[in-house]
Amino acid sequence: MIQVFAFYLFAAIVVASAVMVIMARHPVHSVLWLIMAFFNAAALMVLVGAEFLAMLLVIVYVGAVAVLFLFVVMMLDIDFAAMRAGFIRNFPLGLLMAAILLAELLLAVGVYNAGGITLGVADGSAMQPATASNIEALGALLFGRYILLFEIAGIILLVAMIGAIVLTFQPPKPGARARQDIGKQIRRRPEDATVMKNPEIGQGVEL
Amino acid sequence: MTEFFQGLGLSYEWAWTVATIAGVLIISLLVMFSVAMVIYVDRKVLGAIMLRRGPNVVGPFGLLQSFADGLKVFLQETIIPSAANKGIFLLAPIITFTVALAAWAVIPFDAGVVLADINVGLLYILAISSLGVYGVVMSGWASNSKYPFFSAMRASAQMISYEVSIGFVLVCVVLFAGTFNMSGIVEAQRGFGLGIINGYVVHPLLFPMWVVFFISALAETARAPFDLTEAESELVAGYQTEYSSMAFALFWLGEYANILLMCSLNTLLFWGGWLPPLDIPVLYAVPGIVWFLLKTFMFFFMFSWIWATVPRYRYDQLMRLGWKVFLPMSLVFVAVISGYLMATGHFA
Repeated sequence: MIQVFAFYLFAAIVVASAVMVIMARHPVHSVLWLIMAFFNAAALMVLVGAEFLAMLLVIVYVGAVAVLFLFVVMMLDIDFAAMRAGFIRNFPLGLLMAAILLAELLLAVGVYNAGGITLGVADGSAMQPATASNIEALGALLFGRYILLFEIAGIILLVAMIGAIVLTFQPPKPGARARQDIGKQIRRRPEDATVMKNPEIGQGVEL
Repeated sequence: MTEFFQGLGLSYEWAWTVATIAGVLIISLLVMFSVAMVIYVDRKVLGAIMLRRGPNVVGPFGLLQSFADGLKVFLQETIIPSAANKGIFLLAPIITFTVALAAWAVIPFDAGVVLADINVGLLYILAISSLGVYGVVMSGWASNSKYPFFSAMRASAQMISYEVSIGFVLVCVVLFAGTFNMSGIVEAQRGFGLGIINGYVVHPLLFPMWVVFFISALAETARAPFDLTEAESELVAGYQTEYSSMAFALFWLGEYANILLMCSLNTLLFWGGWLPPLDIPVLYAVPGIVWFLLKTFMFFFMFSWIWATVPRYRYDQLMRLGWKVFLPMSLVFVAVISGYLMATGHFA
């Protein structure tokens, strides 16, 4: 009873926030609604007993990815009039994408009801809870049965990361600007940089 | 506590609900009370190091100073700048405050004295503390003023950077403990060092990780020497510049609740939590919560001590320390510690 209530509460908030993401007039508000949607999706995962995935969703998406979104969106200088002017022009494209998504969703629900895969039970009740805890079960699968796929995914991410660094890295132009050498800064002592002078009144100081 | 309410004739579900709400209220009240006292301690320590008296007027030894301040801000007017984004401006301090209190749900104060003894306790803390940055970023942006905005940009970069190395340090601790449950981590430290010392910090591989964690905790809570987000000599008061009265107080309370949380995490993860320092029966005569509070207070004293002693970092030094020193170091330690544990048959 309380589970059903909690599910409908969280699900309704997810959907409402998702609608607000595209309806909000200000991009920063959109990102904040998106964070709300992430958060409630995590709550839904807790409801089906996937607490590890829920925490990961919050740590990775809310804690890191959405912060970067917010960071970028806040610094944009957005012309709202220009943004709305493109609405009619892009409308057919948006409609097409919506239709594709709807078709995919219907297909997925159809396949699920036909009982194609045995991940869950078709009447909507969750799968039997595993005996091992979330983290152990996931770890055993990732590092046992799917070790190859897992490692390949890791390598792809590593390559992507190095690629991003290579693309954005600009070697300093020779003679452009002095680079800081932290070791040199730490080794510097007051004696190297300062002199004590005790000038007579009315006399200048020669350095 | 559920049993107590069941004894009053409630059904299990209702007893659980009432017990949980009561637990939430008790923990929030105690945390708020500790925050008030700890602000007083902070000012006294700072005063002592600077050869001043510190607060000494309100109540005996100035003990009631924080409550007087609280009453004062409560009676002041909340000023909302006319150019501010009103909703987000008001939401930001509420988020900071709520998030700072929410993390306390999984902190065990003594054996079994914990509101939610969940399996993913440590991950929950990591998740909740990663939300803390939103309060700062939202307030900085919604104020529609340049210094708060600079502060918000600094805060978001700083907090994300240090969360990464904190994550790796936590991985090292979890490798030793074999669980994400906070009580489990504390129990795993019983008699860890030579069979007599309680606490992970005595291990030569974990001691450097504790140092990294402690410094990252300073950066994560934007405490001196990493208080770049509210550097008063450059940014007025950072993201809090446009805030007044209760909105400002909520930031203040949330900040100190976060500092206390980081102190208690130091205690729980590396210094044996509620266990006495040595695994000797006579020391168990002292209640566990006393050990927990003593250790947490010791770390808070270190936080104030550092505040009074160390000058502020430059921003590029802060970023360098996070990304070029702590991140590679903690990554190497994750590899070394897993190798060490495999070699010594820890997982067998």
